[in-house]
Amino acid sequence: MKIVTICGAGIGSSGILKVNAERVLQRLDIEADVVAADVRSIAEVAADAQVILTSAEFVEAIGDTFAEVVVVQNHFDQQELTEKLERALG
Amino acid sequence: MTLPALPDAAVVIGARVDDWRGAVRAAGDALTASGATRPDYSDEMVRMIEEHGPYVVIAPGLVLAHARPGDAVLADGLAVATLAEPIAFGHPHNDPVRVVLALCVATVGGHLESVADLANVFNDAAVIPALARATSADEVRRLLGATP
Repeated sequence: MKIVTICGAGIGSSGILKVNAERVLQRLDIEADVVAADVRSIAEVAADAQVILTSAEFVEAIGDTFAEVVVVQNHFDQQELTEKLERALG
Repeated sequence: MTLPALPDAAVVIGARVDDWRGAVRAAGDALTASGATRPDYSDEMVRMIEEHGPYVVIAPGLVLAHARPGDAVLADGLAVATLAEPIAFGHPHNDPVRVVLALCVATVGGHLESVADLANVFNDAAVIPALARATSADEVRRLLGATP
C-alpha cells in the first residue's frame, strides 16, 4: 500500500504528516509506504497511491485522483490521524 | 539530537506584529540573524502562504513556516517566534496563532529526522501553549529539546 502526504514544498507539514502517519500505521499493524511530496508532483507521486493525506488548502489542487483524499486538521493529533486512516483503509 | 541548534539569535519572545506576514517575518528574520538564511528567505516563506493558503497552521496556535531549499538557504536551521498578541492566519480550525516556527533545509530529504523530532515534541499537546508562555530562549530550548 502507498500513502502520499502533500504540502506546498514537500518538506514541512507533509514531513510531519509522514512521520505521524507511519507511527499510527505501525500501531494499527498496517504495512504501507508513506511518501512526502509537494503539490506540484502530485500526478506522478500519487498515481499508484491508495490514500492522500493533506491540508484542506490542497484538495482543489490535487484534483481528480483514484486515491482517497483525507484532510487533516491538527497534524500532531495522532488520535485524529488514527480515526481518519482507519476510516479510509477500513 | 537532530533538531538544528537554536541559538539565542534564533529565538524571538513576544514579537509585536500587525498581521500574519509580520509573524512569518519575525521568525524569518531570526533565521537570518542565526546565520541560516539570507534575508529573502522570509519573502519566500510569505510567498508560499500567498500561493497555497494558510496550510502552515498545522496545529491549534502553531505555524510551521518554510520555503523550498534554494539559494536563500545557507544551512539547515530552525527559528522560533512567540507573538505578543495572537494573530489570525485565516485557518478554519487552528487560528489564532501564538507561535511561529521557521524551518529551512539545505537539501530535500536530509531533514526528515529534524521533522521527526519536531513531531515527537509536539505530539505532546501541552507544548504549544507552554511555548506561547515562554519568557526566555532557554525555556524555548528546554521545551523543544534543542541545543543553543
